[in-house]
Amino acid sequence: MALILIGWFVYYPIVDNFVVSTTDQDIYTGEVTNVGLANYDRLLHDPIVLVALWNNCLYAVISVIFQVFGAFLLAAIIEDLRNERWRRLWRAVYFVPSAISITVTGLLFYFIYQPQIGLLDAALSRLGLGQFVLPWLGDEHTAIYAIIAMSQWQGFGYSTLLFAIAIQKIPRDLYDAATIDGAGPLRRLWSITFPLTREMTGLMIIVTITGAFQVFNEVMVMTAGGPNNSSQVLGTWLYQKAFIEDNFGYGAAIAAVIFVLTMLTGAAQLWYTKRRRVQL
Amino acid sequence: MSATLAVARRRQVNVWSVVARTFLYSFLVCLGVVVIYPLIWMALSGFKDNAQIFGDPFAPPLHWSWNNYVQAWNQGVRGYVTVSVLVTVASAVCTVLISAWTAFGLTRTRMPGKSLVVAVVLGGLMLSPTVAIIPLVKMLQALGLYNTYWALIILYTAFRVPFTTFLIRAYMLDLPSDLDEAATMDGASEGQIFWRITLPLCRPIIISCVILHVLFAWNEYLFAMVFTSGSDVQTLPVGLTSIMATHGTNYAVVFAAMTISALPIVVVFFAAQRYFIRGLSEGIGK
Repeated sequence: MALILIGWFVYYPIVDNFVVSTTDQDIYTGEVTNVGLANYDRLLHDPIVLVALWNNCLYAVISVIFQVFGAFLLAAIIEDLRNERWRRLWRAVYFVPSAISITVTGLLFYFIYQPQIGLLDAALSRLGLGQFVLPWLGDEHTAIYAIIAMSQWQGFGYSTLLFAIAIQKIPRDLYDAATIDGAGPLRRLWSITFPLTREMTGLMIIVTITGAFQVFNEVMVMTAGGPNNSSQVLGTWLYQKAFIEDNFGYGAAIAAVIFVLTMLTGAAQLWYTKRRRVQL
Repeated sequence: MSATLAVARRRQVNVWSVVARTFLYSFLVCLGVVVIYPLIWMALSGFKDNAQIFGDPFAPPLHWSWNNYVQAWNQGVRGYVTVSVLVTVASAVCTVLISAWTAFGLTRTRMPGKSLVVAVVLGGLMLSPTVAIIPLVKMLQALGLYNTYWALIILYTAFRVPFTTFLIRAYMLDLPSDLDEAATMDGASEGQIFWRITLPLCRPIIISCVILHVLFAWNEYLFAMVFTSGSDVQTLPVGLTSIMATHGTNYAVVFAAMTISALPIVVVFFAAQRYFIRGLSEGIGK
């Protein structure tokens, strides 16, 4: 039962995607013609694909910095608090945005970034930073960064929670012993917490990068790729081509690129967990 | 002499650690404000009227009227909530039952080709919805499921079964098997063992799985957007964007609608935090 379901709706479409990607469908007659690799050839000469790929990479790099290393530090700080109640409170507070749908947070930040009614520009002018007041999502140079920033706001609590769980699994005696030996907090962080959560760090880096290449919702809700395609990512460009311009073949070719990229990170993940198993 | 020096040094260390602690605490608080304030702003803006929204964004609402919330609810949100609840509940039940049954088969029975099944199910974890979307559109159109909530129920189930099976299987592997052996001796069938023994024993992980699934299904956007077009079958995330399109100028109503759709999930999270965290740590830890 499960096999049929997964096979039919998960595996088959992925195979079929490659078939679609070698075709071109006439939207008026519905006639499908086989065009071989023409869609891929077009892909190589599409400047927006480069923009999208670059934006996906930006997404990956910034997310790894904040949602992996930033979250790790934050989790270490929280777990270092003495009162369990406070620890639980902070973990929960930071997590709240991750529970809310990206559509809601995306719309919320669409309003926050708005120059007329938004919080951000109002806060900037109050703080005397009036020269930084910008239509954040309306400017080609800032749109993608504004979207990535909202994504960090939403996602860091999730990875902080995961790191906190990993840190809790470290035996307390190690810290006590280190303290007796005169190790300060930074020393303990570097010599105990960091090495003992390295597995989690590795896994999180891979998961975060995979996620960064599948980004869709927040970009769709906040800018739909605009202004002037400056904030397109592969996911939204696929949507634009396949569903707005009805070019399924070309959309499928973009999907194939996403597939290859996520397979690469997936293979990295498998390799990483295998290696870990052997070590243990 | 050296004693006083040591004392002085210790005091200096203490001063530094106090400074560091104060700094860290204020950092945690500031970050908390950055995280929570936008959400409070969203809920408060739902109480304002448009003139106020275009005024000072930091000002509290002038009068507390539920008008916008009522208006949002009546002009569409009620329908979206109904569809969301329906799709979420139906797909949660399907996902968990199918996954539990699969996990049971994989851990408790002597089935041929088990490792192949494990590979196929877990391999599904790596495949992403984005890549499958175009063929799925064609497939569901051919099946006549396009623009029905069946489309969403089936897809949410199919794409979540791998992860859920993975979690339940890990849990079942750690369960002792004496009980089902005893039941087999008493002549119980596999179905009876599953319903009467294994499923009740797996309750904690089942609850975690349901919560993780609810979180996913309530918030899913890509499938919901592509596979539904009529407002009677749209889920909340998609409905929100259409409210945004139709009430684009009446921001207060949009804020109210956003708050209504965020609230249930935040409540679920706080109520079921314990199960939720277990689900996460099981999922990542194995």
